[in-house]
Amino acid sequence: MIAFAIRRIFQSIIVLLVVGLVAFAMFNFVGDPVDSMLGQERTDADVERVRTQLGLDKPFPVQYYRFLEGAIQGNFGISYRQGRPVSEMIAERLPATLELAFVSAFLAIIFGVTLGIFTAIYKKGWAANIIMTLSLIGVSLPTFLIGILLIYLFAVELSWLPSFGRGEVVDLGWWRTGFLTKSGLLAIILPAITLGLYQMTLIMRLVRSEMLEVLRQDYIRFARARGLKDRSIYFRHALKNTLVPVITVTGMQLGSIIAFAIITETVFQWPGVGLLFINSIRFVDIPVMAAYLMLISLMFVTINFIVDMLYFAIDPRVRLEKRGDEK
Amino acid sequence: MNIRTILLATTIVMGATTIANAQTLNWARAGDSLTLDPHAQNEGPTSALQHQISEPLIIRDMTGKIVPALATEWGPSETDPNVWWFKLREGVKFHNGAEFDSEDVVFSFNRAMSPDSNFKELLASVVEVRANGKYGFEIVTNGPNPIMPSNLTNIFIMDKDWAEANNAVKVQDVEGGEDTFASRNANGTGPYILVSREPDEKTVLRINENYWGKDEFPMEIKEIVYTPIQNQATRVAALLSGEVDFIQDVPVQDLERVAATDGLKVITAPQNRVIFFGLNQGDADLATDNIEGKNPLADIRVRQAINMAIDREAIKKVVMRGQSIPAGVIMPPFVNGWTAELDKVPETDIAKAKSLMEEAGYGDGFSIRLNCPNNRYINDEAICQAAVGMLAKIGIDVQLEALPKAQHFPLIGGLKTDFYMLGWGVPTYDSEYIFNFLVHTKGDKYGSWNGTRFSDPELDKKIQSLASETNLEKRNQTIAEIWDVVQKEILYIPIHHQVLNWGMSDKVETIVSPDDTPKFKYFKLNK
Amino acid sequence: MFTKIIENFQRARNSDFLYSFTKSPVAIISFFISLALILGAIFAPFIAPHDPFNPATLNLMNGFSAPMQPNEFTGEIFWLGTDDQGRDVFSTILFGMRISLFVGFAAVAFAMVLGVTLGLIAGYVGGWIDAAIMRIADVQLTFPGILVAMLIFGIVKGFTPIEQRDEMAIWVLIIAIGLSEWVQFARVVRGATLVEKNKEYVQAARLNGRSSTGIMLSHILPNVLGPVLVIATISLALAIIAEATLSFLGVGAPPTQPSLGTLIRIGQGFLFSGEWWIILFPALTLLMLALSVNLLGDWLRDVLNPKLR
Repeated sequence: MIAFAIRRIFQSIIVLLVVGLVAFAMFNFVGDPVDSMLGQERTDADVERVRTQLGLDKPFPVQYYRFLEGAIQGNFGISYRQGRPVSEMIAERLPATLELAFVSAFLAIIFGVTLGIFTAIYKKGWAANIIMTLSLIGVSLPTFLIGILLIYLFAVELSWLPSFGRGEVVDLGWWRTGFLTKSGLLAIILPAITLGLYQMTLIMRLVRSEMLEVLRQDYIRFARARGLKDRSIYFRHALKNTLVPVITVTGMQLGSIIAFAIITETVFQWPGVGLLFINSIRFVDIPVMAAYLMLISLMFVTINFIVDMLYFAIDPRVRLEKRGDEK
Repeated sequence: MNIRTILLATTIVMGATTIANAQTLNWARAGDSLTLDPHAQNEGPTSALQHQISEPLIIRDMTGKIVPALATEWGPSETDPNVWWFKLREGVKFHNGAEFDSEDVVFSFNRAMSPDSNFKELLASVVEVRANGKYGFEIVTNGPNPIMPSNLTNIFIMDKDWAEANNAVKVQDVEGGEDTFASRNANGTGPYILVSREPDEKTVLRINENYWGKDEFPMEIKEIVYTPIQNQATRVAALLSGEVDFIQDVPVQDLERVAATDGLKVITAPQNRVIFFGLNQGDADLATDNIEGKNPLADIRVRQAINMAIDREAIKKVVMRGQSIPAGVIMPPFVNGWTAELDKVPETDIAKAKSLMEEAGYGDGFSIRLNCPNNRYINDEAICQAAVGMLAKIGIDVQLEALPKAQHFPLIGGLKTDFYMLGWGVPTYDSEYIFNFLVHTKGDKYGSWNGTRFSDPELDKKIQSLASETNLEKRNQTIAEIWDVVQKEILYIPIHHQVLNWGMSDKVETIVSPDDTPKFKYFKLNK
Repeated sequence: MFTKIIENFQRARNSDFLYSFTKSPVAIISFFISLALILGAIFAPFIAPHDPFNPATLNLMNGFSAPMQPNEFTGEIFWLGTDDQGRDVFSTILFGMRISLFVGFAAVAFAMVLGVTLGLIAGYVGGWIDAAIMRIADVQLTFPGILVAMLIFGIVKGFTPIEQRDEMAIWVLIIAIGLSEWVQFARVVRGATLVEKNKEYVQAARLNGRSSTGIMLSHILPNVLGPVLVIATISLALAIIAEATLSFLGVGAPPTQPSLGTLIRIGQGFLFSGEWWIILFPALTLLMLALSVNLLGDWLRDVLNPKLR
């Protein structure tokens, strides 16, 4: 077990390094930060000077090495755009993204599981069919369009919910939360629905198919034969057995929720790390882009690692085989 | 933190939001200010926010006219033609209570001229700045500089003691890896005081009750909440739903909707910015065309044909929905040197353009790449797309490459494009500024935005002479001569002057400033 | 190998494939909608009244014509109106769908070939090769599809000669979307391979001295085709949506040759201004396309792989 864990940690570090390297290769082509930094009245001499100062004239392996050197010490440099330490900027923005991701995941699980159970139990009913079809419509349109349609309907036409931002926020130490104010809670509704729709559909379909699978098992038939009530069968026996894969998939999806937050945050001007990343791309703010990509990678790699270890703990023989089967 | 404190915090915050302040202005635009350091970024939104908090010696009012701010009077010295003198306003206090005097001005100018400042080019001719008593200030230049005052309208004054006490003497330099205090804090003399700021999220300002001009200006807005909203549709939605009161960039297609909405209005005015295409006419061969060994754009007839093929009226009517002023010269009408004659819009004449192409030996046309930004100017990509269609009609097959500005502009600076879109604003309101950057041969100090490869040593000399020519009549004569060459050579293909569209709640009363910089001390509120 | 595939399909057909199809109205409707849309895309040059990709034929003054209304300047009438460049919306949708479908099919084909090959190798060979492939799959998952696309877009652009960038954009989309979806295929195929390879018939083939390539192709591959087909269908819908999402981030098809996604991105700017047709028709088309493909995928999953229902 320990040997396995060490090997996986080692592999994870390689993954991180590769991600960083590939990301850095990209930066050379995203554009040149110097023009945005210097403004309209710059001379060619200025451009050269700043390029040299930033080390942008060096080949990218050198730039990458310098970045890694700092990153190991927790120093991601200074943002070209705002002139502030990148680690500080990310720490400041992360709560917004995490809160959004949390609410989205929460909504996705609650609705996903409920609707999944419903559609499994009444699998031939018209209501279940309508739910299944509607959920597909939700994932058949691009996220940004859904976001804009929600804004149009709920903010402009009905004036029920705010169209942008986080509303009033409260500082709890370094964590700035929107959960404690009415406007903050109202503001999170539309972005969370936009972001969580895809995961909700995924979870709903997973729960449904797992439930159907379990309901066909012999012990459920025996339970039925023994005269147990339907409710008890569904919730005590069937649902319990579907939860493990649901939790796994949800865990694996957490990373992609955070990645897809880029689009939701742009549409709703949600001040999280995704919006920070998009702004950084527009300005070619290399330190911020690099730190963001490393952060996301770290998150994915960690989730992956935990999932792998759990599987190993559950069944060392099968090890990694079951993952992915059900997706 | 225990539950009670949280509950307390909740009630306080919720209480605060329910008291709607009628004198609060919720202000939104696409981009946020990049930094609060007054000398680090010479960029529209950054200066716009800074103008509420800090002040230069002189500013442009909402009509674009130069008016006194921290200097009350100024003029060229009668004894030394290389010196400008300024009389500073007395009794002004910074937001922290410190007194304003010439020491602060000298400090701020030296800071603005330091290598890491973004404003040093505007002060390139300055040799020395010195105090002349507590409320006197002098600028010494390397030759007579007749238009010095117009270079100063964005050079903000900081408090020397505050900067020294907070380790902010140097301009923020990103390379150095240090974060300066000044990038996140501000201590100006301006009409509004910074209350809080979360970059990209929200900046709150409140009125400065001790402002020197408290009685001189309306100052009716007591609090400003500034939020950047970059997605166009979301920004419009926020205005339509009443969540913001004032946005600076209403997309042209949404003007009607905004204007027709109860409680909202749109005001419009020409901007100090002209949009045009640049053509590589200097190189012997082009990398981005399909003609080998020749540069079709070097032939003046081809440039004439392109100029004739672009239907500026159609672009105005459809792409810009009437919100542009077709242009015949790459100079906004506010600029010294502008004449209606120069700005006469070229006739669209496809037949004549075709015959010119034929004469030049390109009757079968050619193909070329057009580089275009897609997030810089109003409908930039759509204008380029329209141009593709128009040029196709005279046989030029244009491949459009629309890129974000961070990728587009380096192509021009690095001479990697032969046909490109560029927009130019003239903060000094003088032709020299255009010539220095767009017409002079590209080199270390001049011509940094000249992507045409055009070079004329005679013309360069004339351009350089403008900086120190004190005889304004003679200077204007030279400016006219230079424009003649630019127009005759068709160095650039002008498209239009941009028009600003500010959308706002009915309660806000203002005019549109040509440099897109609202100065809220001039704003009135209808009650 | 082929005999085995054909056998498999015949078995499916004889059993309940067609029967189940005729019994499922959803499947029938989805199938015919997909078919109609695909045919419309293929024969776009013959159906479309205009050629929106030929800039010389466009008249800017036709811009913003409402559906079935004569244009205020030119008096021309367009069924579904025109967009901001004076392009006929109906024709542009047909041509745009061509690009979307081409990107979708090519991306899925690429992902399928890559994923199935790597999955087979990983599962069959095992050992460090397996570990390496699955680690690469992790890296792939680490990078969300949209980031992968932006990255490849940037890098490829640096290497492409300027003249070929337009064609390049499409291929980059294909590679980027394909790369973000191969992992699904690889994982399923690898899992199935691990199960199959220990079964007696594979062991027997191995004892008979068959090469491992031969065994993989003729014995294992046909058995995983069912789930692969299901994933492929669902991936197709995902790929079409992914292309649309990417165009929102400015990494999509060029505006002079718009895909459905690019059309929607352009159209969203006119959502508030009353030109509803510029966004509504492309969005509806995309919805019908993605929805019918998704529903088909669902149905396929039920039929081919009852376990997964």
